[in-house]
Parts: sequence; C-alpha cells; structure tokens
Amino acid sequence: MDLQTLTYIVVGFTFALYIGIAIWARAGSTKDFYVAGGGINPIQNGMATAADWMSAASFISMAGLIALSYGGYGGSVFLMGWTGGYVILAMLLAPYLRKYGKFTVPEFIGDRFYSNSARAVAVICLIICSVTYVIGQMKGVGVAFSRFLEVDYDTGLYVGMTIVFFYAVLGGMKGITYTQIAQYCVLILAYTIPAIFISLQLTGNPLPQLGLGSTLVGTDVYLLDKLDMVVTDLGFKEYTTNVRLSGINMFAYTLSLMIGTAGLPHVIIRFFTVPKVRDARSSAGWALVFIAILYTTAPAVAGMARLNLMQTLEPSPGQYLAIDERPQWFKNWEKTGLLAYEDKNGDGRIQYSADKETNEMVKIDNDIMVLANPEIAKLPNWVIALVAAGGLAAALSTAAGLLLAISSAISHDLLKGMLTPNISEKAELNASRIAMAFAIAGAGYLGLNPPGFAAGTVALAFGLAASSIFPALMMGIFSKGITKEGAIAGMIGGIGVTLFYVFQHKGIMFIPGTAWVQPGGENWFLGIEPNAFGCVGAIVNFVVAFAVSKVTAAPPERVQELVEHIRVPVGAGEATGH
Amino acid sequence: MSPLNEEQAKEYWRRNLSLMIRCLVVWFVVSYGFGIILVDVLNQIQIGGYKLGFWFAQQGSIYVFVALIFYYAKKMGDLDREFGVEEEE
Repeated sequence: MDLQTLTYIVVGFTFALYIGIAIWARAGSTKDFYVAGGGINPIQNGMATAADWMSAASFISMAGLIALSYGGYGGSVFLMGWTGGYVILAMLLAPYLRKYGKFTVPEFIGDRFYSNSARAVAVICLIICSVTYVIGQMKGVGVAFSRFLEVDYDTGLYVGMTIVFFYAVLGGMKGITYTQIAQYCVLILAYTIPAIFISLQLTGNPLPQLGLGSTLVGTDVYLLDKLDMVVTDLGFKEYTTNVRLSGINMFAYTLSLMIGTAGLPHVIIRFFTVPKVRDARSSAGWALVFIAILYTTAPAVAGMARLNLMQTLEPSPGQYLAIDERPQWFKNWEKTGLLAYEDKNGDGRIQYSADKETNEMVKIDNDIMVLANPEIAKLPNWVIALVAAGGLAAALSTAAGLLLAISSAISHDLLKGMLTPNISEKAELNASRIAMAFAIAGAGYLGLNPPGFAAGTVALAFGLAASSIFPALMMGIFSKGITKEGAIAGMIGGIGVTLFYVFQHKGIMFIPGTAWVQPGGENWFLGIEPNAFGCVGAIVNFVVAFAVSKVTAAPPERVQELVEHIRVPVGAGEATGH
Repeated sequence: MSPLNEEQAKEYWRRNLSLMIRCLVVWFVVSYGFGIILVDVLNQIQIGGYKLGFWFAQQGSIYVFVALIFYYAKKMGDLDREFGVEEEE
C-alpha cells in the first residue's frame, strides 16, 4: 500500500475515534461542559493534561529547536521550563484553586479580589494569552495536513476545525477530556516509536534516554562526544555546552516558561475536573509523568537526528555530500521547502558550515528533525503515517483545550458573571456552546489569515501568562493583604511591561519597522531576550501589587475567610458555578 | 469555615509552607543550580556519555520534578490526616 493511502487510513481512523468519543461524551449540564462533571480520575486527568499541554510545537518543533536553533545545551530552557512549571502548579496553585471549586480562573480572581473589574481584567489577560497561543495551534493543524496529506493548508484547517467543532461544541470539557486521552495515546506512540528505532540503530540501546548517553554501535566512541566533534569541525559551537546567549538569559528564559506554564488558564482548568484536592496534587504528578515520556525522549531525538543529519551532509571528514548522491528523504523534503541547498562554489557538493558566507545548506527547518526522522531511519510506511496522526493529535488537543478556556471565560465570566447574572443553567449551556462555535470560527479565521505576529506568538503567550495571571493567582492564595486595587494594578503593570519590552524590540504587534529600539542584543535589559522577559514582568506585577495594597483599604473580612477556606482540603465540594 | 481553631490553622499552614519551601529548594537546585549556574563545574564529571551538568539540564531535572510532586502529594496527604482535614471518601 502506498504511503499516501496508508496515511489517510491511519489519520481517518483516529478522526473517527475522536468523533465517536464526541457522540458518546455529550455534555448534559454546564458542569459537564466546564469541568467534565468534576469526576475525572486523577490519572486520566493527567493524561488529558499532557495532551492539552503538548502542542504542535512540542511534538513537531521542539526537538529541532533544541538541535538546530538553540544548538544543543541552549535548548534545555524548553526542557526544564516546560516541565518545571508543573512543580509550581502542583504546590502553589492547583490544589487551592480546586478547593475553591469554581469553573474558571477569572472567577477565582473576581471573588478573591472582591471586584468584577479584577475579573474583567483577568478575562482580558486570559483571552490575550489563549488567543495568541491558539493561532499557533491552528497553523500547526494546517501545516500538518498540508505536509502529510498533501491537501492545501486552508482545506487542512477546515477539516481540523470541523473535528474540533464536533467534540468541543457537543461535549465541552467532557468531550475534550476523553478525546485528549485518546490523542495522548496516539501522539506518544507516534513520538516514541521512531525514537526507539533510531536509538537502536545508532547505539543498540532501545531506550532513547539511555541511548543518548551510550556509545555508537560498533565503536567505543560516545554519541555525544562524536556529535560535539562533528559540529565543532564545521565551525558550530560544541553541542553539549552551547549556552543560549548567557547564563542570565537562560535562567530568565527557563523561569518565564515555568511560571508561564503554571499560569496558563487552559492548563489550570484541567485540575478543576478531578473530584478532590488531593487528586489535584497527584494529578499534576501524573500529568508530568506523561509529559516527561515525551520531554526526556525529545533531547535524544534532537541529538540523534542532528548526528544523522551531519553524517548525511559530511559522510567522512572533509568529504561533503555530492549533489547527485542525495538520499531520497532529502529530495522529498526539498519539495516542501524545509530543506534547501545552493551550490555556491559550483563543485557539485553541498558544503555545510557555520559560516554564513560559505554554507551551502541554506535552509534546514527545525521541524525536519521530527518530520523526516522515520524516513532517515528507513522505518516502514505505517510509522510515517502514525507520525502524521500524532502531529495532528498534538495540535487538535491543545487547540480544543484553549478554545474551552476562551469560551468559558466568555459564557461564564462575561455573560453569567457580569452581564446577565440571572441566566438559567440551560441558557448558559447553550450560550457556552455558541461561544465555543464563535471561538472556533475566530481561531480558524486567524489561522487562515495569520496576523504578522503569528510566528512569535506561542513564546509570547508564556510571557503574558507569566506576568499577569500567575502572580495574581499566587498572591490571591498566599497573601490575605492584597487588595483589589493592588491586584488590578499588578496585572496591568506586569502584562504591560512585558508587552512593552517585546514590542520595543520586535515591533508593535510584531509589525516590522515599528520597533523603536535597535534590534539585537546590545539594548536588552541584562541581556535578556524578549521571549524570556515574562519573569521580569511577573516581578513588576508582584512589586506593584504589594505597593498599591499598602496604600489602599484592606480587603473585607469575607476575603480573609475565603483565603482560610481554600487553604485546607476538607469540605471541598465538587466544582460549581454558584 | 475551617474545622481547625486559629492555633491549629496557623500550625497546619506553617508546616505546609515549610514542606513546600523544602521541595522548591530541591526544584531550584536541580534545574537552575545544576542545569544552569553550576553546569560547567558538573560537566567535569562524566557519567557514561553524558556530561553531568548537561544531563541535569536535559534529563535529570525532569525526573526529579516528577518525584518531587509525588513526594509533596504524599507528605501533604499525611499532614492532612494528622490535622484531621483530609477529605472523606
């Protein structure tokens, strides 16, 4: 059977599965719609959280980011940053927010800071973070379809939107939870199977996590030593010690990703679906177990794929790949534009070098590290088909989680909470479905007409969540003295400083030419790149909130009681909207 | 309202914070400490093909994070029972 047919069958099967789950897990109440009825087992929730969390970027791009753009060790910021956030989430936020037992993140902020204005500011922050993030996912869906199924980008996006529409509108959080569990299984198989084969081929060790630290088959040379040698030969920095800009920048980058992770609303609301406070604690652990399976495999994929690529381009020292001898996978991916060469010196060979002047490998897209892996390792076609289904599962599951966070903020916080408090449960359920349909259409529109800033959006979403939502939630739980004025000023100050810094270096809304500071590192604050600035925004948020709270009237007595109440587990009812 | 009197509530919260801070110290040391600040020093040590600092940054810190969350969850469960504030089955 040819690859195309096989890919259609595998992807078609997974889609049929998601639709089947959508019909089985319809939502019958707002509680089903917002928190899946509140009865999800912590291990299941962990699995769903892992799929919710791991996006197209984790699945398709991360290994390449580590291997190529961040040159090895520098990519550790993503590995530590996108996992360490769960430790903070498990200890600082999830159990307390679960104890509080409401449906949305802005609802907690509104109640704790006794103010609808605070709730409205939280809704705006949530929508800014989630929309910037969802654009990246919609692009991921379109790209995955167009690469694997050779349909055009727009068609791919429509198919993806239809599938998400099915289970998200019908089932809300309940439908999303069960499809995410299925999507996790698909994506983790699709990620680990090629990695195991490659590890076996290169090192003879089936576990990629150990393979990366092993010797190459038939030699006593360690894989990483070999990799360091071949990259430095071509003028690149040593793979295992290549720092991203500076130690301070790596520190800030990792911290921003960690607290951004803990502050992303679509991740937080997943912990509202478990029955008890202690389930929220352990469920964060399970989520990280399922995430770690991919995140400890990714650096192995990065190192091994980089070595394979280097050895393809420079089969023996000083001897570069002849243009006529390019392997089939190389030619396949040239067609997509992800790989490109240019024989500058006309010697019929492709010189690969760190020097931009003489480098003839003019384009190596980060995504190639994962996408071309099965072909480089000469794996059977069904594995390639599975990688396609995995990439789609990763993008769809994250998009659905984000859309739910957006639509529940609209129907529950804006409509029920502020505009029409007397709306009936049935009407609110309908409103939430309509909000979801609009959110999908809006995200689809942005996917079809990506704004100029789409490329930088996922990294930006972390900075925004880190600087606005995370500090507000943390202060709400750990301090009784923060006032509504303090919280509002803190959120606006934090997100404002972060946006200001990003726009000043990258352009207003990322429009080229509107940056008012020379691009490049010399004007960076402490040498921190804009993507890593969220933690500074968070510090601003904390400082402003404490300062303003000192000079404004203390919170009312009932807020003190609320904080006391969320600090002990006993008496947590199921999550409710009342 | 909390079933604890003011004294007990304070003590419960103090013990929670102290457990949390101990866990966060470990969290900080394995990632920011071993993975970033001390990476060059630890890279002098090699375990198999891995330089130790590099291993912490790309593998070790993640394993420790997982263990930390389960440890915290277990210890908090014990603390809840000691103070009688655990949830009923």
